[in-house]
Amino acid sequence: MSSVTATATTHVHAKPKSQSGVWSWITTVDHKRIAVLYFVTAFFFFVIGGIEAVLMRVQLATPNNTFVDARTFNALFTMHGTTMVFLALMPLSVAFFNLVVPLQLGARDVAFPRLNAFSYWVFLLGGLFMNSSWLFKAAPDTGWFGYANLTSRAFSPGHSVDFWMLGLQFLGIASLAGAFNFIVTILNMRAPGMTFMRMPIFCWMTLVTSFLLVLAFPVITVALILLTFDRFVGTSFFIPQGGGDPVLWQHLFWIFGHPEVYILILPAMGIISEVLPTFSRKPLFGYPFVVYSGVFIGILGFGVWSHHMFSVGLGPIADSVFAITTMLIAIPTGVKIFNWIATLWGGHIRPTTSLLFAVGFIAMFIIGGLSGIEHASPPADLQQTDTYFVVAHFHYVLFGGTILGIFAGLYYWYPKITGRLMDETLGKIHFWLTMIGFNITFFPMHLLGLWGMPRRIYTYDKGLGFDTLNLVCTIGAFIIVIGTLALMWNLVVSLKKGKVAGPDPWDARTLEWSIPSPPPEYNFAVLPTVEHRDDLWERKQAGLGPIPQPPNAHVHMPNPSYWPLVTAFGMLIFFSGLMLSIYMAIFGFAFTIFGIYRWAFEPAS
Amino acid sequence: MSSLRHRLRRSTFLAPLALLFLVAGTAWAAGFPQNTLDPTSDFGHQTHRLFTDILWWEVGIFVIVEGALVVALLRFMHRGEKGVPHQLHGHTGVEVAWTLAPALILVFIGVPTVMTIWRTQAPAPKNSLEIQVIGHQWWWEFRYPQYGIVTANEVHLPQGRPVHFILNSADIIHSFWIPKLGGKRDVIPTRTNHLWYTADSVGVWPGQCAEFCGTSHANMRLLGVVDSPTDFASWVAAETDTLPVPPSDSLAVAGAQLFSSPAKLCITCHTIQGVSAGMVGPNLTHVGSRRYIAAGLLENTPTNIAKWVSNPPAVKPGALMPVLGLSPDEARALAAYLTTRK
Repeated sequence: MSSVTATATTHVHAKPKSQSGVWSWITTVDHKRIAVLYFVTAFFFFVIGGIEAVLMRVQLATPNNTFVDARTFNALFTMHGTTMVFLALMPLSVAFFNLVVPLQLGARDVAFPRLNAFSYWVFLLGGLFMNSSWLFKAAPDTGWFGYANLTSRAFSPGHSVDFWMLGLQFLGIASLAGAFNFIVTILNMRAPGMTFMRMPIFCWMTLVTSFLLVLAFPVITVALILLTFDRFVGTSFFIPQGGGDPVLWQHLFWIFGHPEVYILILPAMGIISEVLPTFSRKPLFGYPFVVYSGVFIGILGFGVWSHHMFSVGLGPIADSVFAITTMLIAIPTGVKIFNWIATLWGGHIRPTTSLLFAVGFIAMFIIGGLSGIEHASPPADLQQTDTYFVVAHFHYVLFGGTILGIFAGLYYWYPKITGRLMDETLGKIHFWLTMIGFNITFFPMHLLGLWGMPRRIYTYDKGLGFDTLNLVCTIGAFIIVIGTLALMWNLVVSLKKGKVAGPDPWDARTLEWSIPSPPPEYNFAVLPTVEHRDDLWERKQAGLGPIPQPPNAHVHMPNPSYWPLVTAFGMLIFFSGLMLSIYMAIFGFAFTIFGIYRWAFEPAS
Repeated sequence: MSSLRHRLRRSTFLAPLALLFLVAGTAWAAGFPQNTLDPTSDFGHQTHRLFTDILWWEVGIFVIVEGALVVALLRFMHRGEKGVPHQLHGHTGVEVAWTLAPALILVFIGVPTVMTIWRTQAPAPKNSLEIQVIGHQWWWEFRYPQYGIVTANEVHLPQGRPVHFILNSADIIHSFWIPKLGGKRDVIPTRTNHLWYTADSVGVWPGQCAEFCGTSHANMRLLGVVDSPTDFASWVAAETDTLPVPPSDSLAVAGAQLFSSPAKLCITCHTIQGVSAGMVGPNLTHVGSRRYIAAGLLENTPTNIAKWVSNPPAVKPGALMPVLGLSPDEARALAAYLTTRK
């Protein structure tokens, strides 16, 4: 059904009115729909990044293999890392921010709905821009942290580094706009009575993550601008042959890059802090300590960057200081883990797929955290850095942690957005295949690293002892693939055939479960007044039930808009133009300004 | 959910097993030539000691924390029954305890860490053998200023004498690493880095570049050869002998002429003392004495040299040495000549 009138279609600038169909999605400013867009797009990129990983595992399955050549392999690991960090894990988290935060806060949308749509379009176009490099045989191939001066024109001619550098810059705009949006939403749009210490942990972790984004992304933005000057204008910020310093890039990248690690993990920590209490039927143990430790991790995350650089030779003072700050992070992280276990302790644990993934998160994250302590010790790290031991470590944190946490959240909130439960049998198949495949793939990498296998090598020789375990890792990767196929099948079939969820299928604790599934466009006809932490749970325990919501309420909601997409598209032209032609860049800039102007003066109705 | 319980019970055993696997792997892997768990230098022993000490703390923490998680799951898994457990919101004493306990453990990890940092980064001893390491895309240059030796890809170290590596790069960032002899140190253009250690036993250990450096990063290999003091002395004598025996058989003589011929470009990039002074590629004065060519990719045989000079990028993708358009006979002649350069 399309309600676009004849007059509207003849005037391009008329306000979009569609309620369903493609145009309704393109012009939507509804946080729930944007969440779905984010999820579907990020999951698509997750699959692409996964295919890249599998291709690498096939190449490394046997010594001296020639399945892919050196340049292709280098592009595969660069794009795998870049895709998983910037196009899969971060936006998957943002999908949950979008879906859950306004509902948990008792709000009707985010603070800036059109800015929210703009973030999504920039993310989508930026992801396509970055990946289009494959079509031009110019996929970035200098690693996801793109160390100078390999990225200079002299050592990386062609457009591969340009795609990476401009793509990241473009995507950064989406992250920054999104982060500001969620900070303002969380600070200003909590339901009456929801003090900070009554706010659900997931919102807390979203808030901390958003502050990290706002503080960390400007650093990479500056670094990328300097790199752009080096490549396009002939400056030498990072080029030693011209008087610059390649180590400066490493400092700037990791001042951003380490907080980025917490940007990737804190949302997943927030998710399991919601899932564990619900399925233990107990409040989160030590709520304030979990909150403060999350804040503390966020702050400390800015003071540990040089632990990525222990082999650089920064001297004993720097190495000692960064070793100690890094070790300190173990304390708040441990506090979180202990509180999660204490939440389970004494509860009535229901082994749903969501809970299993949350428990899997804890179990795997412990291993990733413990191997991290080895890296915190610079002398030990000198043997481990840039080996498969590090590859094992960060996959235990980012796959065993973030991805499992995201899966927990997916099984948990899927019924809220679709109205139907995901299939539990398929879910458990997905869980066990993922856990088994994950450990078979990544645990042997610890040993490979300790036996001296460097990361980022497209081939290795016989006789180094790497053969057997590499084959084992590759087999594990295919088990993960089968598990992921079970998930994809489950996502599709449950949409139509899943059990009808009702508003509160898990007997849960927070406000999103007090309204229908899927929620109406305006979420809450009556804004709730909050009196407790876990307000819905407390009301149910007091025999009150959720605050009644009159059906078919008439709540004025923001109108759909074209302008976020138009503005994002202008930016795409601008960034492509930087690479192709200055006139195109100028046109793109003008197009962006036009979009912003129309956006700013768009009539309210 | 009895099957789940069963599985969980099995995983209680799996978890420590995994760690046993790691520890057993340590012993089993003792023969692996790039094994970091079986170091053969003072530096390697110090870092390995730290690694194992931390590993034992980790094993302890792992067993306690994962154990607590598993016990919580087994004890409190409920099926179906309604009802609400005791709503415990927290306990400050417990929070303080599990904040302080990790902090205390970190003291036991942090103090030896900092001590080892300062010990291993002290200035090199005065009697050290100095070796300049220069990283190139994708090969290693080694200079011994105390002896006037310039060689490539195969670094000789005397057993029992401290060796002080002075690290620089000719192009981009690399990382110098011979795992059996100790940790890595980055090789950075316009910066000078230092690394020193004393090898404690004779052996031949492969190493490789550990910082991604472009297309053939995986092929930037090297060989660390720890010689006994007498073997090292004779190696030095051979390397400083600037007048090796001139080639006698006709093929090698032809090869010598080809090498010197400006049309073949060899002399533009390569030094052979007394013949040419090229600085772009490896010094070939004593190339015949090395175990490998092409930065550890090929064993040093006439056939392999012929294969390499015919088409370097086919052996090492992206290699900066171009295809020179040599005929098979010319390649064989060059190989015969270079093999005589012992």
